[in-house]
Amino acid sequence: MLLKSLSVFKKGALFGAVSSIGLAMGAAPTAMAAGWEPTKPVEFVIPAGTGGGADQMARLIQGIVVKHNLMKQSLIPVNKSGGAGAEGFLAVKDAKGDPHKIVITLSNLFTTPLATGVPFNWKDMTPVAMLALDQFVLWVNAESPYKTAKDYIAAAKSAAADPPKRFKMGGTGSKQEDQIVTVGLEKATGSKFTYLPFKGGGAVAVQLVGKHIESSVNNPIEAVAQWRAGKLRPLCVFDDTRMPYKTKVTSSMAWNDIPTCTESGVPTDYVMLRGIFMPPGVTQEQVSFYVDLFKKVRETPEWKKFMEDGAFNQSFMSGKEFAAWVEKTEGLHRNLMKEAGFLAKK
Amino acid sequence: MTNTDITSADKHAVIGVRAMEIIVAVVILAFGAVIAWASYDLGAGWADDGPQAGYFPFYIGVIIAISSFVTLMQALLTRAPDVGAAFVERGQLKLVLSVLVPALVYVLVIQWFGIYLASAIYIAVFMVWLGKYAWWKGLLLGVIVSVCVFMMFEVWFQVPLHKGTLYNPLSFTGY
Amino acid sequence: MEEINALFHGFSVAMTPFNLMLMFVGVTLGVVIGVLPGLGGANGIAILLPLTFTMPPTSAIIMLSCIYWGALFGGAITSILFNIPGEPWSVATTFDGYPMAQQGRAGEALTTAFTSSFVGAFVAVVMITFLAPLVAKFALKFGPPEFFSVYFLTFCSFIGMGKGSPWKTLTAMMLGFSLAAVGMDTVTGQLRLTFGLSELMRGFDFLVAVIGLFGIGEILLSMEEGLSFSGRSARINLKVVIETWKKLPQYWMTSLRSCLIGCWMGITPGGATPASFMSYGVAKRMSANGAQFGKGHIEGVIAPETAAHAAGTSALLPMLSLGIPGSPTAAVLLGGLLIWGLQPGPLLFVEKKEFVWGLIASMYLGNIAGLIIVLTCVPLFAAILRIPFSIIAPLIIVICAIGAFSVHNAMLDIWFMLLFGVIGYVFKKLDYPMAPMVLALVLGDRAEDSFRQSMLISQGNLNVFFANGLVGSIMALGLVMLFWPLVNKLREK
Repeated sequence: MLLKSLSVFKKGALFGAVSSIGLAMGAAPTAMAAGWEPTKPVEFVIPAGTGGGADQMARLIQGIVVKHNLMKQSLIPVNKSGGAGAEGFLAVKDAKGDPHKIVITLSNLFTTPLATGVPFNWKDMTPVAMLALDQFVLWVNAESPYKTAKDYIAAAKSAAADPPKRFKMGGTGSKQEDQIVTVGLEKATGSKFTYLPFKGGGAVAVQLVGKHIESSVNNPIEAVAQWRAGKLRPLCVFDDTRMPYKTKVTSSMAWNDIPTCTESGVPTDYVMLRGIFMPPGVTQEQVSFYVDLFKKVRETPEWKKFMEDGAFNQSFMSGKEFAAWVEKTEGLHRNLMKEAGFLAKK
Repeated sequence: MTNTDITSADKHAVIGVRAMEIIVAVVILAFGAVIAWASYDLGAGWADDGPQAGYFPFYIGVIIAISSFVTLMQALLTRAPDVGAAFVERGQLKLVLSVLVPALVYVLVIQWFGIYLASAIYIAVFMVWLGKYAWWKGLLLGVIVSVCVFMMFEVWFQVPLHKGTLYNPLSFTGY
Repeated sequence: MEEINALFHGFSVAMTPFNLMLMFVGVTLGVVIGVLPGLGGANGIAILLPLTFTMPPTSAIIMLSCIYWGALFGGAITSILFNIPGEPWSVATTFDGYPMAQQGRAGEALTTAFTSSFVGAFVAVVMITFLAPLVAKFALKFGPPEFFSVYFLTFCSFIGMGKGSPWKTLTAMMLGFSLAAVGMDTVTGQLRLTFGLSELMRGFDFLVAVIGLFGIGEILLSMEEGLSFSGRSARINLKVVIETWKKLPQYWMTSLRSCLIGCWMGITPGGATPASFMSYGVAKRMSANGAQFGKGHIEGVIAPETAAHAAGTSALLPMLSLGIPGSPTAAVLLGGLLIWGLQPGPLLFVEKKEFVWGLIASMYLGNIAGLIIVLTCVPLFAAILRIPFSIIAPLIIVICAIGAFSVHNAMLDIWFMLLFGVIGYVFKKLDYPMAPMVLALVLGDRAEDSFRQSMLISQGNLNVFFANGLVGSIMALGLVMLFWPLVNKLREK
C-alpha cells in the first residue's frame, strides 16, 4: 500500500520535473522579451482567512511556483482578511506603482464595497488575469427525501409560510456570494429560506451532514469529500452549462452528471471569480510578466488536478477581455444586491 | 545602580490610588458611552430573527458605563484607611518612564525607518543608558539581534516585517 | 485489534531514519515558532508547506505535524519565563507558571508544563486511535446552539474566580467583549465600531492585546521595583526534571479531568484556547488547593497545559474524518492535504489507510521526540532568566513588537501593543482582573455568532438552548458552574 502511494508520488514528481523543463525551455524567450522581472519577493495578498478557497488556491500557486521554479524570487502569501477582505484590497489600492504585490480575488471584490460602503472599486487596481471560475452547487443531506431540485423547491415552498419551519440555508459570510445565490434562488422560485451565515465553507458542509441545516450552496471543493462519502447529495449546479468533468467522483456519478439548475426548472446561475489583480499605476511590462507566470502555472499537472478536484470552470482571460468581464460582472452584482437590499446605507 | 540614588523626593506620591481610580473609571465610563452610542446607530434592537448587529455591543457599552460608574462612586465615597495611598511614587514613575518613553520613541522609529534599524538602536541605547554597558557592547548585541531577526523572518520564514514609511534603510538588500 | 495492526503498520511507515530526522527537525522548528509571539503554528506550517513538496506526502505530513507539536510545546516557554504567551492557548499557563518562575521555580514550571502537554496529547492520540469513528459522529451533533452552550460553559466555569471587586471584574470582562465586537459582524456583514477607520476593520487581535497587557505591562511593573526580574535564582540542572516528576503523580485527578475537557473541546471543535481556560477554571473549583491558584500552584500549570494539548491533538480528528479544521493550524494542514491530492473526509480512513496510520503513528513518535527535546532544554530555558534585566528587557520589547506586527502585518498593532501595555500596568495596580478580559476577547465574537445563528434558526426563540438533551445538559452544567460560588457561600453561612 505504502509502496504504491510512494511510487505514484514519484511518478507525479518526475512528470512535474519533465514538464517544468519543457516549460522553462518554452518560456525562456517570452520571459526575455517581457524584460521586467521581480527584483524582490512578491507579496501575494489573500483577502480572506487561512484555510478558505482563496487561501488554498494562493498557497497552491506558491507551491507550484517553487516546485517548478517559475520565478526567481519567491511568492509570499499574506492573509489580510479584515472587513470581509476590504483590508487586503485597500492595501493593494494604496501600494500605487508597486509591482511586487499581487492580490487574488473572490466575489468579495464586488460584494464588500457594495455591502459595507468601504471606498474601493476594482478600478482602483490593475486587472491581471482570470484564473478560473468557481461553481456553486445546491447540496442536501443524502438522507433527505429530495432527489431533484424540483422536489426540494416544492418542499421548501410549502414550509416557507411559517418562519420557524422555513428551510435553513447555510453559507459562508453575510451579504456575500452564498447569500446572493440564496436570494437568487428565492427570486426564481418564489420560496423563502432562513439564511445562516458561517465562517467557512467546510463548517457549512459539516453542519449539513449533521442536519443542522436543510441545504447549502457550497462550492464543489468544499463539499466533495462528504459527497464521495455518501453523506451529501448534489441537486443542481448554478450555471448555464453542466460542469465538464466526466470522471466518476462517486461510484455512480461524475460532476458532469449533476444537472444545471435551469434544467431542473430553477433558472438561477452564478459563478465566482478567482482572479489576480495588481496595484494601480504599474507598467504594461510588469502586468505581462504576471500574465505569463499564471499561464505557466495553469500548465502544471498540480494545477490541472486541483481544477478537476474542485470542478472549476477553467476559463482564462487577461487584458481588455478580462477588464470587460469584470465590468459586466460588477454591474450584475450591483443589480443582484440592490434587489436583495444588501447595499450599504449611504 | 539607579536604586542607590533614590532621594526622599522620590518617595513622594505623584498621584494617589484614589485619584487614579477616579480617572480610570471616568475614562472607562466615556469609553462605554461611545461604544453604546456607536452601536445604537447600527440598530440595537431585537428583530424578528434575533438580535441586530448593534444589540450586544450596545448593552456591553451600557454595562461598562454602569459598572465603571459604580467603581467611580465607590472611589469618591470610600472611607477606607488606605485612601491616601500612593498609586505611584516619583522614583518609581521615573523608572517606568525611563522604559516607556524610549519604547514610544522606538515604535516611532519603527514606523519611519523599519523594524530592523530601530531594534538595533533601541537595544544599544537601552543597554548603554540603563545598563551602563560599554557602547560597543550594546551596539554589537543590537546589530546581532537585528541580523538574526532579519534572517529568521525575511529569509527563512518569509514573513515580511515593517520596512519604514519614510525610508527603508535595508533597500540595498533587495527586501 | 484491527486498529493495533494498523497502528503497528503505521509505526513501520513512520520509523524510517529519514522520517525520524524530519521529526526532530520539525519539533525544533516548532519550538522556535512557538516561542516567538505572533508567529504561530499556522504561520510556520503555511510557510514551510511549499518546501515539503519535494518529499513523499507521508514524510511531509509527519514533519508538518511535528512542527505543530513543537509549537504547542514552545508556547509555554515564554508564558512561564516572561509572562508573555507565545500562543493563545498558553495564556492560562501564565496565571501560575509566571509566579512560579518569579519564585525561582522556573525549571519546575517548565517541566510540569512540558510533561502535562505530553500527557494531554498522548491521551488524545490514544483516543484518536481507538475511537475515531465514534468521535466523528459525536462531533456532527454540534450545531450553533450546541456551540453557544459550550462557550457559555467556558465563561461560567471561569466567572466568579477573582477575589477583587465584582464591578471591576464585570468592567474588565465587558471591555474584552467590546474589543471582540470591533470589525466585521459575521451575521449581518455590517462593520461595527470601526468609526470609519480602515485599520480597525480587522478588529483587535487577541494576541496583540495579550502581548501588551501581559508582556509590556509586566516589564513596566518590574521596572518600578528596580531593574530586575525576580526569578534569577532559578536552579539550572536536569535534576529538577526528576524532582518535578516525583511530585506530579499526586495530581492525577486534575490531569485526568483536563484530558477529558481537552479531548472534548478539541473534537467539538471548540479548540485549544477555550479548553485551556475552561480546564483552569474547573481545576480551581474542584481542587482542594483552589485558593493557591494564581500564586504559583503547580496544578495551575498542569490543568491548562494538559487540556490545551489534548484539544490541539484531538482537533486533528475532525479535520481528518470530516474535513473541518478545529484550529487555524489544522486549517492550513488541511490545505496541504488537498495540495498533495489527499482529500480529508470520511473516506480518507478507507482510501489512504497507510497515510492516516502513518500520521497517527507519527503523533505518538513526534510527541515523544518533542518531550525529549524540550526537557533536555529546560536548564537552558531557565538560564535565560539569569541574563541581566537591562539586556533581556529591550530584547523582550523588540520580540513583542515583532510579534504584534506579524499577527496581521500591521504597524498600528505595535502602537496598540504599547497602549495595552500601559493599560495592563494601570489595571494591574488598580486590581482590575485581566483574565476575564482576555477570555471575553478570545471567545466574545464566537459566542455572539453562535448565539445569533441559533436565534436565526429558532426565529428569536430562546427555547432552542434547551431543545435537546445535549444542548440542554451543557447549558444546565453552565448554570451550575455560574451559581457554584453563590451556593458555596450559602453553605458556609
